[in-house]
Amino acid sequence: MAPSEPLFRMEGISKRYGGVHALEKAELAVEAGRIHALLGENGAGKSTLIKVMSGVVAPDEGRMTLDGREIAFDSPAAANRAGIVCIFQELSLIPDLSVADNIAISNPPTRFGLIDRRRQRRIAEDALARAGAEDIHPRALVKDLPLSRRQMVEIAKALARDPRILILDEATSALTQADVTRIFDVLKRLRADGLALLYISHRMHEITELADDCTVFRNGRNVATYLAGTKTDNEVVEMMIGREYSHIFPAKPETADMRKPPVLEVRNLSWNDRVKDISFAVRPGEVVGLGGLDGQGQRELLLALFGVLRGVTGDLIIDGKPTTISSPRFAKSERVGMALIPEDRKTEGLMLPMSVRDNLSFATLDRLSRGGIIDTAAEHAKIEEMIRLLAIRTAGTGIPVGALSGGNQQKVVIAKWLMRGPRIILLNDPTRGIDVGTKQEIYQLLRRLADAGDAIIFYSTDYDELIGCCDRVLVLYDGAVKRELIGDGITEHALVASALNIDEGNGGGAMAATVAAGT
Amino acid sequence: MTEWRYLVNDNRGTLLAIAIFVVMFTIYVSNHPAGLTSNVVTTASNKGVLLAFVAMAQTLVVLTAGIDLSVGMIFVLTNCLASGLVFGTALETTIGVVAVLGAGLGCGALNGLIVIYGRLQPIVTTIATGAVFYGIALALRPVPGGEVNPVLADALTGKLFGFFPASLATLILVVLVVWIPFRRSVLGRAAYAVGSSDQAAYMSGVPIKAGKFAAYALGGLLASIGGLFLTFFTYSGEASAANGNTYTLFAIAAVVLGGVSLYGGVGSAIGAIFGALAFRTIGDLLFVFDLEPLWQPLFQGVVLFAAVCLGSLRLIQVRNRLEYFR
Amino acid sequence: MSSDHLSQTSRVPMFRRIDPAVLIAFGCIVALLLVGSLYSSSFLSPEYLLQQLKVASFLGVIATGMMMVILLGHIDLSVPWVVAVGGMMSTAMAAYGPLGEALAIPFGVLCGVILGLVSGIGVAYLRIPSMIITLAVNAVAQGLMVVHTGGFSPQDAASGAMRYLATGFIIPGVPNAVLVWGVVGAVAVFVLTRTTFGRSIYGIGNQERAAYLSGIDARRAVMLVFATAGGLSAFGGVLLAGYASKAAQAMGDPYLLPAIAAVVLGGTSILGGRGTYLGTVAGVILITLLQSILSVMQMPEAGRQIIYGAVIVAMLLLYGREKLLR
Repeated sequence: MAPSEPLFRMEGISKRYGGVHALEKAELAVEAGRIHALLGENGAGKSTLIKVMSGVVAPDEGRMTLDGREIAFDSPAAANRAGIVCIFQELSLIPDLSVADNIAISNPPTRFGLIDRRRQRRIAEDALARAGAEDIHPRALVKDLPLSRRQMVEIAKALARDPRILILDEATSALTQADVTRIFDVLKRLRADGLALLYISHRMHEITELADDCTVFRNGRNVATYLAGTKTDNEVVEMMIGREYSHIFPAKPETADMRKPPVLEVRNLSWNDRVKDISFAVRPGEVVGLGGLDGQGQRELLLALFGVLRGVTGDLIIDGKPTTISSPRFAKSERVGMALIPEDRKTEGLMLPMSVRDNLSFATLDRLSRGGIIDTAAEHAKIEEMIRLLAIRTAGTGIPVGALSGGNQQKVVIAKWLMRGPRIILLNDPTRGIDVGTKQEIYQLLRRLADAGDAIIFYSTDYDELIGCCDRVLVLYDGAVKRELIGDGITEHALVASALNIDEGNGGGAMAATVAAGT
Repeated sequence: MTEWRYLVNDNRGTLLAIAIFVVMFTIYVSNHPAGLTSNVVTTASNKGVLLAFVAMAQTLVVLTAGIDLSVGMIFVLTNCLASGLVFGTALETTIGVVAVLGAGLGCGALNGLIVIYGRLQPIVTTIATGAVFYGIALALRPVPGGEVNPVLADALTGKLFGFFPASLATLILVVLVVWIPFRRSVLGRAAYAVGSSDQAAYMSGVPIKAGKFAAYALGGLLASIGGLFLTFFTYSGEASAANGNTYTLFAIAAVVLGGVSLYGGVGSAIGAIFGALAFRTIGDLLFVFDLEPLWQPLFQGVVLFAAVCLGSLRLIQVRNRLEYFR
Repeated sequence: MSSDHLSQTSRVPMFRRIDPAVLIAFGCIVALLLVGSLYSSSFLSPEYLLQQLKVASFLGVIATGMMMVILLGHIDLSVPWVVAVGGMMSTAMAAYGPLGEALAIPFGVLCGVILGLVSGIGVAYLRIPSMIITLAVNAVAQGLMVVHTGGFSPQDAASGAMRYLATGFIIPGVPNAVLVWGVVGAVAVFVLTRTTFGRSIYGIGNQERAAYLSGIDARRAVMLVFATAGGLSAFGGVLLAGYASKAAQAMGDPYLLPAIAAVVLGGTSILGGRGTYLGTVAGVILITLLQSILSVMQMPEAGRQIIYGAVIVAMLLLYGREKLLR
């Protein structure tokens, strides 16, 4: 560490969402002229930290200093003015404007009150050149560019603001290898120019190549800061995992019954470059996990199974019979018996202003009605049954479901589907943002359902959950199944290593079976 | 070479509208008994510019992903106002014109304020304010009548240098003085940005509220120029609800024909102008082909309907059905 | 207020916990009656009140369809000419002898259903903004009716059944039109609160994605709601034609704004998903009384329009605001 005061320092930063600590007394110091990498699992607090740093989120407590002076940002624009510019994962480009318009958007050059397009053009060309993206025409519309080019424009846009601290949050995730090489040259040049760079990536080799300093985050805290190159990949993975196991999981059965025919079988499923040639089978009583980093096609895989996506190729076999599922309506029918607990309960799972009762029975109304007229007695009985079964804590069935706690809302989403008695249950990260107690109830419930003969496909961003709940885990990377972990082979180390696509080797006892896609 | 490609790409909708107009107008003129004379062009221009002004007004609001269902009523209100203010001496006439334009600007600004700061849906807001504007128009002109400075009216509806329609010249002037500066200003860019993606616009620190407000206010101003011209043609004012509704509707048709996206962020007022001229010409085609004028409303309705449906072709590309549901 | 407000969409919303917006609307009705009685003592007489209910029933039928559309988060701007289609087509059918007399009402309603279906397909399957497609359908309907009538007032007379429905008395003292509204309203309440279709409407209006992912055929439901609304608008036109013994051009024009206003003033959220039929009833009576009082006070049409618009904006600002972007 340099002896003098660092360019930017964060001390004791905490941020809570509901009851969950996203950050707890986190510290970070950023030096000029160095590239600082942030490492950590999904949800370790990296994203929240940079949101605080760039003015998107206000911290609950803690202080930040720039050049030794204390500062606070009330908006992204304020952080920009102080010289902190962030390139976010979700793009902030305006699709219908040109590349040049976008690069100059926050502070366009004007002449006689009007935008000086010639100067704007020069600014844009300059910024694109600095980003090493001269191939992008400043007049092209952003919406006409492929994702990798947009990402380059995003980087050029950040450079055009002349930042002192540049934050790249997974900024290379959509780039081609050639772009990454060029961007690395740019970043190294910026470092030489005296900028401070904060770099977040899940690609270990990138961090190895770029970083000067590294800080590892876990559970909302910075657990270690070290000079790059002083730790092995394995040591880093150990630090990211930690030794804490905070969850209690139900016992798994000794062996899954492999004699039963699969209830669901998928062969060579592909969609739009986001899902690539995925094949697997799920038997009754099995809990199959989907692992990997966020956004590797897990969500799309579940949506494809549930009939939401168009243009899915490959075969889907239910009970040994080839089946085409073209809508959630068919997916939930007697023939298939599928249920999907969607990713975002607020927009996809629930109608928040509607009552608990209306939400609970919404997916089952076809069975609770005759000739379209709802049998309210039957509805009432079913609702009471589900509230008891999942122990949903609510002040009554007439109150809006939005008034419940996050955990109880999630229970309502699950209950609404269990009411149908599905045979195949798809879960898309169902424990995100809910309390530990409810999480444990959900784990118990999943195992009970599996023991009763349901087939469960469970995507989670929390590795502990995959280890604790699943009989098998498919690890996805870039839309394809990279590895299948079975039984005791499902270790945190194996999950992290295969999610990061690190080469198999000294795997710390992982009995991982590498599965070629399509078998 | 590539510069040309981008220029074409950026203005695809506008160029298409121009092409439609040229084709329609060629058919129209070649079948017109009088052929291409200065009089035919002036008559066509005079009819076309009314809708063109209102369509420009609608364009500004639509670019922000909003809608102004009161443009037709602002048009009618300013027509009634002009029939009571724009006459007398040169000074009186000038004050009258300024007052009429100011009134239009005020109507648009009122819409903008309610939508932006009241956070109400543009549809309902402008239906309601449209009723207010119409009510005021009716209060001003319970029966059709009034007068207008005949010198000014004749000058602006006649011909310049003996051949060029003065109404068209005014339209071009308005494009140069109002539209082009708006398009090139920071506010105009903000209007486009917020219409294209309000989230990205917020993240980029664009002046969202000012951009929207400018769009609504200038929309009112442009509609009032239309109202002024209506007065010059008719020499009177009339509080006609049917007229207002027709212009609101036709302006939307013109905007769609002109390649302006109803989802915001795409298009230009110039496209909408040609959309308006083309829409008018389509209506007149029936006339030169000696079809019953009775069929004109149906024909225009069907054209509008077809134009609206064309926009949904993009759905073919949607591969995630969740995108249907916003 | 908002949490009480939100809970209204549950199964038996009507009398369990009354929406504050509905209370406000009923409060306004009482206030209007008191103000009216200051002008004329006959204001509180049963004859006058029944007369008001009769007038309200036409609007009530039309507003029922509008309410269902608004519950979805959409809007139906095709009311004016769908009402006219209902009136004109039923009277036209009535001219074809006894069979025509018998089929007049169903035929008029059917025409409205077809127009509503077109809008519904546009909104549900082509994802065209409802405001735009219903405007286009309105234009097409107008064009069709202009061709049908030749642009003149239609001469066909309403059938006996239509007149009886609108002006007769089955129960002495209670106009049939009121009974008709009562039946339509009762069916609407039943559908909205007791059927899967009604539950889908609320679900789609609140969160269309969640409704779709729950395995509801959201698009079909949207289409059917528009078809229903078209049918109800046309039925309103049938009743109006029966009331006046004949149809007329632009007979539907005075019903668009009041229908939307009645629904919104009754506490139905313009963004969809929230609202009770009781509120719509209150809104319809409120609007009708407002009109009546304004005419008793000899308020000219101009003032009425201004007051409508202003009242709607004011009420919306009280409880119809959108959430902030951030």
